[in-house]
Amino acid sequence: MTKRISAPFGPETVKSLRAGDRVLLSGKIWTGRDAAHKRLCALLDEGKPLPVSLENELIYFVGPCPASPGKVIGSAGPTTSGRMDAYSPRLIDACHLAGMIGKGGRSAAVIEAMKRGPAVYFAATGGAGALISKCIKKADVAAFGDLGPEAIFRLEIEDLPLVVAIDCYGKSLY
Amino acid sequence: MERIVKFDEVVEAAAALCGKAACFLPEDVKKSLLAAAEKETGELGKEFFRQYAENFRIAEADKLPLCQDTGFAVWFVEYGTDVRLDKGDIYAALDEGTRRGYTRNYLRKSIVSDPLFDRKNTRDNTPCIVHLKLVPGDKIGLTLAPKGGGSENMSALKMLKPSDGRAGVVKFVVDTVVSAGGNPCPPTVVGVGIGGTMEKAAILAKTALLRKVGAPNEDPRYAELEAEILEKINASGVGPQGLGGAVTSLAVHILSHPCHLASLPVAVNINCHAARHAQIVL
Repeated sequence: MTKRISAPFGPETVKSLRAGDRVLLSGKIWTGRDAAHKRLCALLDEGKPLPVSLENELIYFVGPCPASPGKVIGSAGPTTSGRMDAYSPRLIDACHLAGMIGKGGRSAAVIEAMKRGPAVYFAATGGAGALISKCIKKADVAAFGDLGPEAIFRLEIEDLPLVVAIDCYGKSLY
Repeated sequence: MERIVKFDEVVEAAAALCGKAACFLPEDVKKSLLAAAEKETGELGKEFFRQYAENFRIAEADKLPLCQDTGFAVWFVEYGTDVRLDKGDIYAALDEGTRRGYTRNYLRKSIVSDPLFDRKNTRDNTPCIVHLKLVPGDKIGLTLAPKGGGSENMSALKMLKPSDGRAGVVKFVVDTVVSAGGNPCPPTVVGVGIGGTMEKAAILAKTALLRKVGAPNEDPRYAELEAEILEKINASGVGPQGLGGAVTSLAVHILSHPCHLASLPVAVNINCHAARHAQIVL
């Protein structure tokens, strides 16, 4: 069975998702990868406000291709989530991030933070960037524009195919 | 007889290959993916194979990159000793071709200027990597193998002891691929370099990825080794995207080279299921 859900979402939705669930996600999400995560955590260290609110939000680990003329965005598949393991617990604990979208397994520390959150981790299909770009209806740079493909974008998505890879109860498919 | 090739001809050919490699999956890779889909038993795995096939069809039809990580531009050049460029050199031509190709085709620029300190995006995907081989003749063979970071990061190299032998090689390669899990976007193609020196083994592993997917090594002993490693990898159950299934790798390709009597270098380089490459002879 495939669940249709809409982002942003609160703890009730997080708690309703189980590892193995297939999901079609619509709504609004942030993007962010290595460099953006490093900057977000540096701002938290300095006690400064973040350029975007993460509460009840999802971060999609992606660095898209530039849009060709007439397109909203270029290819936009997930990057390896493990590189964000150093930062994710902080964003869940301090900013109440509701979930993440990426590919590949997560560290024990991230899973513990997800249980506290609660937060959920979705796997998108790695290497299917062209297919995924068709689910993105709008893409605007929201912060750190100087980072190019590593900037934080606001994406509006429709029926993005995902799998709940790790749920907020600590169950993992990896 | 010396043949003069225009610098700009090399630049334009290289730029065109950047777009072709990013958007058009080679036929052998498509065939291998479609055949592997039939072997997949897991429900999620079957769904991923459906998405891979849809993805390469959309990429081709809309000229969209198969994957947003359009990679480091890695060039394998077979440069005829009778060729001379009318100006500049092959390295400059390939950098300029990469720059134009990645910009013109809306490919992602993924190269940072310094690995440790600045990590500032160079904004044109240069510099590229060039593996140059001098060959007899008056032609230039260009092969582009754009390499994504996710799969490249799962590479490994080990200087085994000669006494580790065949079993040691099998264990190292299988452990490397299985512990990579879903990170390199399985089902993967696994390139293995055995022998030579440390750097030679690494280049062999990368070169092995250029072979037609599933074409066995010409030496039956290595062909058998490829089959055994592939079987063990697929028995792991890692599966497509690392979420479980029967197909973790599409093929294992081994290249070997003579080595020092004290050594047994083994390198593993992994390609994701979007095993991209494109070539042309000038």
